[in-house]
Order: sequence, then C-alpha cells, then structure tokens
Amino acid sequence: MKVLRIKAIAKKELIQIWRDPLSLAMAFLMPVMLLFIFGYAITLDVNNLKTVVYDLDKSNLSRELITEFRESGYFTVVDNVNEHREIDRYLDSGKAQVAIAIPADFSRNILKGENAGLQVIVDGSDSNTATIAIGYISAVTELYSQRIKGSRITPLIDPRVRVWYNPELKSRNYIIPGLIAVIMAVIAALLTSLTIAREWERGTMEQLISTPVKTPELILGKLIPYFVIGFIDVILSVMMAVFIFDVPLRGNLVLLAALSSIFLFGGLSLGILISIAAKSQLVASQISMVATFLPAFLLSGFMYAIANMPKPLQIITYAIPARYFVSILKGIFLKGITLKFLVLETVLLTVFGLAVLALANKKFKKRIV
Amino acid sequence: MNKAIAIRMLNLTKSFGDNIAVDNLNLEIEKGELFGLVGPDGAGKTTIMRLLTAVMGPTSGKAWVAGHSIAQEGERIKEKIGYMSQRFGLYEDLTVMENIFFYADLYEVPQSERPQRIERLLGFSNLTPFKDRLAGKLSGGMKQKLGLACALIHTPEVLFLDEPTNGVDPVSRRDFWRILYDLLKEEVTIFVSTAYLDEAERCGRIGLIHKGRILIEDSPAIVKNSLGYPMIEVWVEDSRAALEAVRGVDGVRSVNLYGDRLHATLESPDISRRVVERLGDSGIKISSLREITPSIEDIFLSQVEGR
Repeated sequence: MKVLRIKAIAKKELIQIWRDPLSLAMAFLMPVMLLFIFGYAITLDVNNLKTVVYDLDKSNLSRELITEFRESGYFTVVDNVNEHREIDRYLDSGKAQVAIAIPADFSRNILKGENAGLQVIVDGSDSNTATIAIGYISAVTELYSQRIKGSRITPLIDPRVRVWYNPELKSRNYIIPGLIAVIMAVIAALLTSLTIAREWERGTMEQLISTPVKTPELILGKLIPYFVIGFIDVILSVMMAVFIFDVPLRGNLVLLAALSSIFLFGGLSLGILISIAAKSQLVASQISMVATFLPAFLLSGFMYAIANMPKPLQIITYAIPARYFVSILKGIFLKGITLKFLVLETVLLTVFGLAVLALANKKFKKRIV
Repeated sequence: MNKAIAIRMLNLTKSFGDNIAVDNLNLEIEKGELFGLVGPDGAGKTTIMRLLTAVMGPTSGKAWVAGHSIAQEGERIKEKIGYMSQRFGLYEDLTVMENIFFYADLYEVPQSERPQRIERLLGFSNLTPFKDRLAGKLSGGMKQKLGLACALIHTPEVLFLDEPTNGVDPVSRRDFWRILYDLLKEEVTIFVSTAYLDEAERCGRIGLIHKGRILIEDSPAIVKNSLGYPMIEVWVEDSRAALEAVRGVDGVRSVNLYGDRLHATLESPDISRRVVERLGDSGIKISSLREITPSIEDIFLSQVEGR
C-alpha cells in the first residue's frame, strides 16, 4: 500500500465533493436538518392536553378543581360546555383530548364525605397519550382531594420515587442521543454509497483500474474524506443536542469522539460495500437508505426498547451496529459512563467495521465484467 | 526474440454468453511499432484493448504485454502501460492540472521529474493555456489530448489508445497523430484502434478486424496491394443503376459504391473495356474512369465479402 496513492484519491474525492453543491448539501446540511426536524417532531412528552369542561355544579369546589387542572400545566381548557352532547362533538372532532364532567351534586357529595362521582373522558385513539393523560388526571385529582380534606388521611405507603439520569423525564433527553445515532448510521452509508458507483457510471473507473492503484488504496482513499465529513457531522449533531435541545452531556468528549469514529468507520465501509455491489448510484443510495434507516430506527432500541421485543427480533438487533451506537450515545450523554461499561459495544462495532471493510476489499475487482 | 516483442496474443478469445467478441486472435506487435486495429463499431476493438490492458479477463487463450501475462500478472502490466479508454475516463470536475497530478500520483512519478515532464506534455498537447480549466469544459480534441497526457505521465512502454480520434475535428486529429509520431521516436509501442479507415494509413502496421477476427494484417501499403487484382474507379451520373450494370459484367469480381463513384475489382486490366461497353449499353454516362490502388476501405469490404 502506498500512502501517495491513498492521498491522491482522498484529495481527488475531496475536490469533487467540494465542487458539487449537491454532495456538499448531503454531507453537511442533511444531518443537521434531519436532527432538527426529528428532534422537534419526535417527542413522547404530553403537554397542553386540550380539555373541555362540563360543569353542572358551578360551585367553589368545582371551580377549584378546574383551576387545579389548569395550573398543573398539562391541561389547557379550550371551552366550557353546557350540554353533554357537546363533549362528544369536541372529542369526535379531535378539538379536545380530555373532557371533565362535574356532576351537579359534586360539592354536596364531597361535603358529605361521599364519592364525588367525577367523570373524566380521555380520547384513547392515541393510547400512549391517553395513558399519560390518565396518569396526570389521577395525580391532579389526588392532589386536589388531599388538599380539600386537609390531609386528614395519610396514605399508608408514600413512595419517594427518584428518577436517575433524566430527572425531569424529558423524552427529548433520551431521544436526541439516539436520534444522532440513527441519523449518522444513515448518513455514513449514504455518503460513501455513491462514490464507487459514480465512477462506474461516469466511465472514470475503466481508466482508474488500468493504473497500478491497489484495491485497499482505492477504498481507503475514498473512506478518508468521508470520514472527515462524518466526523464533522457528529460534532455538529452533538453541538446541536447540547446547545439547541439542551440535552445534558455528562460523559467524556474524547470517549464520545473515539467511539463515534469507530461507528463511522463501520457505517462508511458499509456504504462502500453497497456501492461496489450495486454499480449504479440510484440503486446504491436506495439500498443504503433501506439497509440503514429501517433497522436503525426500529431495531436499535432508539424508538422501542429491545427488551420488549419478541425474542427473534431481539436476536436480530445484535447484528445492527446502530444498536450499539444508540447505547453508547445514551450512555455517554445521560449517564456519563466510561469505556469500562461500553467494552462490548466498542468491540462489536470494531469487528463489524473490519468485517465490512474486508468484505468490500474482497468484493471489489479491478476488472470489467 | 522475446525482448523485441511488446504484445503477443495466442489464441486470445473473449465471449459474452453466445456472442464471441474476440475470436482466437494471434498477433505479435514489436517494440516501437505503431499498430492500428482497424474496423467498424462492434468489431471487438474495445474488448481487445480491455483484454490487453488487463481490465478484463479472457475467456480462453493467452496474451503477454511488456513481457507479462495478462491473466497472471495484470497488475505488473498496469505499471508499464498507458491506456486511454474509448469513453473519456478523466474527471470532468477536476482541472487539467488536477487530473495530471492525480495520475502522476497513481503512477508514482517521482516529484523531481514532474515539473519537466508535465511541462513537456502540456507543451506538445498545447494544453498549457488551459491548465486551470475544468476537464469537462474542454473541447473534444482537447479532452483527448489531456487523456493522452495523463496516459503518458509515467512514460509507459506500451500505449493503448481506444479510438482516440473518435469525434475529434480533422485539425485536432492531425495534431494527435503528430504527437503519436513523436512518441514513436522514443521507442514507445503504440497500439491504437480506429473506426476511420483513412486513418489506418497513418499506422506502421494495421490489422483489419471484423466480428472479432483479424481479416488481414500487415503494413498499410502491403494491405492495399493484397487484393491481387487491378481496381478501377468509375465516376458516373446514376451510380445506383451503374452498380447493377457493372455487377453483371463477366470478369468483375466485386463492385462497391462510394457516392458518385464505383470501385470495381477486375480479373484483369482489359476487363475495364467491357465495363465501359456495358455502361454505354445501359445509357449511363461515364465522367471518368481510371485504374487506382485500392484504399483500405476497398480491402476491408472485399475481405468481408470474401467470407
């Protein structure tokens, strides 16, 4: 292997990217845009539940309850209705997700110490939101009952739950690091998936393979510039996570950089392998999208916890490099863990990268047909 | 003896499925020769180029280039040859200089030799004023000269040029050939292919190729005299009618039509009198008639017909 040739190919590749606005945009704009869009779009937090109130009691106590809901910050009262039918209209049209119906004998029952018979209706068509809404509702009503009863009844068990790593339970905090992993998995493969196929399509490959350039020189020469780009993308993404999305970064930056490099190397090698196999830019980019995005999105533990998946799917996730990068990023961002806890991930990512690179090297032939 | 041979083909064959692109080729090209592979599109010229430059493997048979086997030592060959593929193979989004430097790096041209080599290559190809122009913005002729410059950056022993003058204007074509003649003085072996039959005469030796087979192979002068029969050229007014008329004459071996003129191969020179009589009988007016040396095209057509 000659460094001179690797350098020549890397330099040529960089010039080509630099002169092609489309490549440049894909290299730098796409990851930033994806992170921005997905970062804001994907949120598992439930805020501002649209609520209608049907208050038949119209007493001090009922008004206090409504205020309690409003001040919790989770509910926004969109309207007060005077007929039960109107609740249906609001829920059917989706203009409200929660309806609170306070019966006429609400305050009377409370004062008598009887069940107040509060009715709350939740739109269950989005079960995730509904579950969370129900949780909020119980919390608000419990708080309310405690207050009006003057804390006469002390609960038998009073658990003090402490949430670690993400004390505010902001879903964004664990979504963003995972999202970076998913986006980088896609971008890495996409970046390199065009590079070999493009040379075949443009007819420059025939000239190139008639020179003494060696296959590893060609592959490494093509990997290096995209590695630099990928690394810049990681830096941009991490900066966005910290400064735009306010995700705490508790771990070591050097460790983050080192492990990201290992992941990038595997992802970029995968793109090269796809590019070699496909020989057409269109096919190569489509294959690399499908081969990286779907598994990274669904099976990496980014969206759905791997432990909750059926056994066969769980086994498949071991073959998905994004899975390890998701746990690496979540671990470093939120837990600030050290390499000691990420040895398995690091080893597997390294093995994956080397295996794919070796395969690409074997698959590439300096021959036509 | 082996020293003097630059390219040797032994029963070289390449087939794509049922289609035999190169059929049992046996040829030897000496060092310092300018050999022209002449034939129409689809004759197998590009496949031969690819086999000899080791970018494609043969189906059967052997070949050696610069003393190395194309099958076993392809990578050794690649160090010693220069190749210009038929389709422009350089990077259109790189400048002239960037392309040249790229290939200089790939061929590991020593830094110390680069300035003078590049200056020379740019000089003879007249590319100096376009040093910083993107290759994609060059004219067809310029592109080919840049391709040649890149293929010559490492002073190869054997130069393979696949239809280098295809689509190039006549003036640039002449320039291009002048450059090739200059290279011959430096003992470079040149293996060039062309579909322009008139260009064949510029080569030291030619091989006429048709359907993967070499029809005839020798110096252009000998090839042109290979017919063994006299040939006449007849200028007429109605050439199509004349073609039919002359075809029927006893002693005419073959007739080919070239616009307003016919080339006819005769058994003997006195047959031309019969041709004149027949055309007169058919009422076709002859503008001129003379005996000619057959062109490469005549030879090619007669060879193809003879098969």
